[in-house]
Amino acid sequence: MDTYEHSVFLDVEKCNGCTTCLKHCPTEAIRIRDHHAVINEQRCIDCGECIRLCHNKAKRAVCSKLSAMDRFKWKIALPAPTLYGQFDNLDDVDYVLNGLLKIGFDDVFEVSAAAELVSAYTRVYLKTEGVKKPVISSACPVVVRLIGLRFPFLNDNIIRMLPPMEIAAMLARERAKKQHPELSDDEIGVCFISPCPAKVSYVKNGFGGYRSLVDVVVSISDIYFQLINAMKHSDDLPTMSSSGMIGIGWATTGGEATAIFNENYLAADGIDNVIRVLDQIENGNIPKLEFIELNACTGGCVGGVMSMQNPFIAKARLQSLRRYLPVSQNFLSKEEEKYIPEGYFFNSLPTYNPISRLSDSMAESMRMMSDIQKLREELPGIDCGSCGAPTCRAFAEDVVRHRADLRDCMIAHREELEQYLLKKG
Amino acid sequence: MSEALTFHFDVDGENFTSAGQASVQVKKNLRQLGLTPEIIRRVSIAMYEGEINMVIHAGGGMADVTVNEDTIEIVLTDHGPGIKDIDQAMQEGFSTAPDSIRQLGFGAGMGLPNMKRYTDHMHIASTVGVGTTITMQVNIPK
Repeated sequence: MDTYEHSVFLDVEKCNGCTTCLKHCPTEAIRIRDHHAVINEQRCIDCGECIRLCHNKAKRAVCSKLSAMDRFKWKIALPAPTLYGQFDNLDDVDYVLNGLLKIGFDDVFEVSAAAELVSAYTRVYLKTEGVKKPVISSACPVVVRLIGLRFPFLNDNIIRMLPPMEIAAMLARERAKKQHPELSDDEIGVCFISPCPAKVSYVKNGFGGYRSLVDVVVSISDIYFQLINAMKHSDDLPTMSSSGMIGIGWATTGGEATAIFNENYLAADGIDNVIRVLDQIENGNIPKLEFIELNACTGGCVGGVMSMQNPFIAKARLQSLRRYLPVSQNFLSKEEEKYIPEGYFFNSLPTYNPISRLSDSMAESMRMMSDIQKLREELPGIDCGSCGAPTCRAFAEDVVRHRADLRDCMIAHREELEQYLLKKG
Repeated sequence: MSEALTFHFDVDGENFTSAGQASVQVKKNLRQLGLTPEIIRRVSIAMYEGEINMVIHAGGGMADVTVNEDTIEIVLTDHGPGIKDIDQAMQEGFSTAPDSIRQLGFGAGMGLPNMKRYTDHMHIASTVGVGTTITMQVNIPK
């Protein structure tokens, strides 16, 4: 049983059963039943495409409200670097960080600062002997889940390093305990400010055996107006930010990959492109590469559905914000840059789950597939979606699996009706 | 014993972006049949290399995949120039691909050797000026 808790939620009242999400779901996880969308939880990878595309705003990402932090004595904010790209004319990250303190947080730990550590240690990892190349980034939770479910052969290529959010949570907790030894673990709350619904699921479900150190995930769009009101211009703003160009670069595609300081990398974004790249890597037909960065969202994390701004505008803003920053502010000594600390790794990935399997028995699967092939020939092949399945092929599968009725095909049904009327007439 | 399943694909010539589509589709089908990742990977690599070969050398062709309970057979048929010396073509690094193709990252001379490596049986029948038929088999362990 897959008990993965997803973060994509459907408001049945608002869904009118149009076929937009149906047609664009990259894993064909959606069907329309009884005039509204139904998500197959085993297939869903939380990519957020359906949230992005829904005209009726019926698909939403479920995440917490800021009030979920009230139960903690010491509240820590972990802003994703994408947050910095949401504001016009922002010339200093400190406005954002101080703003977070003003809206009720006790401390702020930048995810971009943790990202610079991850970048430094990724460079060490790439030089480690026996590492399977190309190394695939573990930062995008959608990609990690997708590989786990569909590309088991690439499991060993995924770098077993925790993503920046997780490292930030770990270091933020350490800092809190150092500054306030009287605090117990339960009194410290860590809140990730996220552009990404998949991070919500990741925090809820963990990662293989790993449990997240983040307590609450709120969306950038949810705190945006509260935060912008707290970001007042000031000449004596306390200096808080400790991230450089590399850390902020993680918000956009290519930022993570260029930080490995090696030109043999590939960076791709957009879930369909990601799937195509993975298919090709699996076939072994790629140039010699050291590192692969894959982002489910177009543009990278700035394209996350829980952010406020157009990803390209956000990217342009981050470019100017990064411009006069130091390359990196990770402050690791030469000695520290040689070894990756033990706590930075995770052990296991989601297990391969052949969800698309027709039956447990090969003979039965073959018989079913043969039926599917025959049925496809009878279907119109125009993939109209009116039956509630994304393609005629998917519909044929549903019929053979007894999850749909052949009469749901309007076109086949109309022909049947015409024949009947002709006979009657 | 259930009836064999067959899949037929036309491989479009002269187009690298569509080359590899048959192999992706076969991969999907084999996944649905519940084959192990290892078998799926071997079949899809052999298919992929074969498809690319047909695009580079023969202007396209056909791929026919037959799935039995104990074996998967892939037959690639083209009406290209044919292979003059099959033994030579099987050597790693040997390639007759033109420079323009090599610049795209193909033509490393690993296509046929890889197809042999990833399958349990491979046979090439080729007549110069007529075309080539490659038959490959991957056994499914019990």
